[in-house]
Amino acid sequence: MPKSKSAYSIPTKKQKPDTYIFVVWVDNEAGVLARVVGLFSGRGYNIESLAVAEVDAVKNISRITIVTTGTPQVIDQIRLQLTKLVPVHKVAEFKREDKDVIFKEMALFKVVGKRNKIEKCLNACKKFNPVILDETKSSAVIQITALRREIDVMNKKLKPLGLISTSRTGAVAMTRGAKIFN
Amino acid sequence: MPKLLTGAEIVFKCLEDQKVEHIFGYPGGAVLPIYDELKNHPSIKHILVRHEQGAGHAAEGYARSSGKPGVVLVTSGPGATNVVTALTDAYMDSVPLVCISGQVPTHLIGTDAFQECDTTGITRPCTKHNWLVKDINDLSKVMHEAFRVATTGRPGPVLIDIPKDIQFAKTKYKKPNKEKKLNGKSHNKFSQDQIDELVKLLSKTKKPIIYSGGGVINSGPKASQALRELVDLTGFPITSTLQGLGAYPGDDNQFLGMLGMHGTYEANNAMHDCDLLINIGARFDDRITGKIDEFSPNSKKVHIDIDPSSINKIIKVDLAIVGDVTSVISKINKTIAKRKNGHSKSNKSNIAKWWEQIEKWREKDSLNFVNSDESIKPQHAVQRLYELTKNKDTYVTTEVGQHQMWAAQHYKFNKPNRWMTSGGLGTMGYGLPAAVGVQIAHPEKLVIDIAGEASVLMTMQEMSTAVQYNLPIKIFILNNQYMGMVRQWQELLHEKNYSESYSEALPDFMKMAEAYGCKGIKADNPSELDDKIQEMIDYDGPVIFDCHVDPSENCFPMIPSGKPHNQMILGPNDQEENKIKGKGKALV
Repeated sequence: MPKSKSAYSIPTKKQKPDTYIFVVWVDNEAGVLARVVGLFSGRGYNIESLAVAEVDAVKNISRITIVTTGTPQVIDQIRLQLTKLVPVHKVAEFKREDKDVIFKEMALFKVVGKRNKIEKCLNACKKFNPVILDETKSSAVIQITALRREIDVMNKKLKPLGLISTSRTGAVAMTRGAKIFN
Repeated sequence: MPKLLTGAEIVFKCLEDQKVEHIFGYPGGAVLPIYDELKNHPSIKHILVRHEQGAGHAAEGYARSSGKPGVVLVTSGPGATNVVTALTDAYMDSVPLVCISGQVPTHLIGTDAFQECDTTGITRPCTKHNWLVKDINDLSKVMHEAFRVATTGRPGPVLIDIPKDIQFAKTKYKKPNKEKKLNGKSHNKFSQDQIDELVKLLSKTKKPIIYSGGGVINSGPKASQALRELVDLTGFPITSTLQGLGAYPGDDNQFLGMLGMHGTYEANNAMHDCDLLINIGARFDDRITGKIDEFSPNSKKVHIDIDPSSINKIIKVDLAIVGDVTSVISKINKTIAKRKNGHSKSNKSNIAKWWEQIEKWREKDSLNFVNSDESIKPQHAVQRLYELTKNKDTYVTTEVGQHQMWAAQHYKFNKPNRWMTSGGLGTMGYGLPAAVGVQIAHPEKLVIDIAGEASVLMTMQEMSTAVQYNLPIKIFILNNQYMGMVRQWQELLHEKNYSESYSEALPDFMKMAEAYGCKGIKADNPSELDDKIQEMIDYDGPVIFDCHVDPSENCFPMIPSGKPHNQMILGPNDQEENKIKGKGKALV
């Protein structure tokens, strides 16, 4: 064993990290996003994507969806630490593989090129409900909704067909069926 | 129509309704309206410190010794940044503080105005919650909410940032809500089933240990009472973290002393070999656990804590009971009492062998040291201080370093709230201002700061505060001219390269005492130590005691980094024995 010169213990065996999605209901007030994000950065948790907007104007509630990776122990800590924040009302988390939960991201693609290339792009996007939001003779803005990795794939695929700019949201999530998060 | 009050008046109205008697602070441009209002509120006494960090630590000392929240008042910009260390310290050690800071007027926020800083941004990670009050109508609600957040659940610091124009603006005052909304943040919902499960474990165990922490102190004096009953009912051995000292009497036979990096041999070995570990209000800090993989490998672990995020954070436990320590232990005691005929007697015989083993570990006498006639050994100084003050209900604060560990090892506390030390953050310079706060809360009691000469210089200016308010605090400096703990680590782990750990030009503490207008006492010979300590105790006023101790003394026993509890380094006597036997003399 290497000799430690540290006053701290040496890191020990690590569990395997998994991807989880957190949904957090918070008071829509100044600084609340900084509290949530600061908790992640301050404690060394990872954020893959983040989506936030007010969902209840009367009760003044915003809903934050965060995709993160961590070992089960870290995920537990994230939930418990989030729950401790004063403006946080409730926290739900689930694994990315969870079949009972839908999650979606939206992406906007700007494609510049001849008509036939734009057509090809649209064709390629067929599976992901493409909507043309803007069109000129030599360009188009295409909106799709899909999973993160599907958007990653499309992003690569459209590059040779004239894709010059991509804008995408973080994932948002909702349970299937009649039930809601706890 | 009710009378309209200014923001500054509302601040004091709230403080009065929260029964605040003392605030620690330092004035400045952005809090002048609040300071102007001070004269109209005779029930609230302001203690003027010399640096805002001192205000924070003094409020911590006040809070920890009295159980009431400490209140701090500082100005914007540098006032707020200076208090950050104290807020972080309070956050790590779960001390309830309410810090009120001034801010530049709302229309100047974000313009880099004079003495502006993003106070709520800076203090966000070191408070339980903070507020920037931009609307005068929110002020009373926020103030009351702040006291509630600071003092409920796991206590901690909060900060309220009040822009100067809000301090002038007028509105109606709102009294605090009698009915407390809990917002899902209170955690005292444990079930009888959990208690029954624990009691079952208690009845089956052969090698139990109770490991109690600062949560017992924070839960109030009743928690310590309940803990004593529990230990008495079960006959179990008990050890304590640094912060938990005093919850259980330090001179009782069932108490094994402190555990952890500089804990006793018997406490750490009992933690390692036990079959049932009951953590009450502690958090498995890294100074306690040593190497995680080999931490108490064969035990069932129970964790009682008010903070659900403490559970399974570092050590996986088999049974978690989330709740206030007082209510949980009282419930356990009641449940045990009910079943008394069943197990409690037989259980004590179950663990007789365990006690035999513990006595064997005890024979090592791991806190021993080689005393000397020529130089004062720091351990000896703490022991003499204890012997000469133990009948006086003494309050002890410390700075951070070797002296802190020696104080924890050799000073025995029999009551909660008598021991104030910076454990989590390890803030050098904590003890002197903390002693100021303790003395404010307990004007008639003996308050001693067991200090190191390096630490105490960090907040020395607060001696001026002590003299101003005639606070008879005793600063007992174990002066070894080194940053002792740094030097010890360098000796053991960095080939005795004492890089920058020696203080070349220390001040003459006697003259310093004179300059501050307090008494200076110096001791450098063991034969005069007792008389000098007695002189310090008898003097009615603040004292700086410069106790010259052996500069090369190390703090033992210790668990080296990356090692489990059962691989401790013991003191010089034992190392000598090992050498003779030819066993490993390597320290790490």
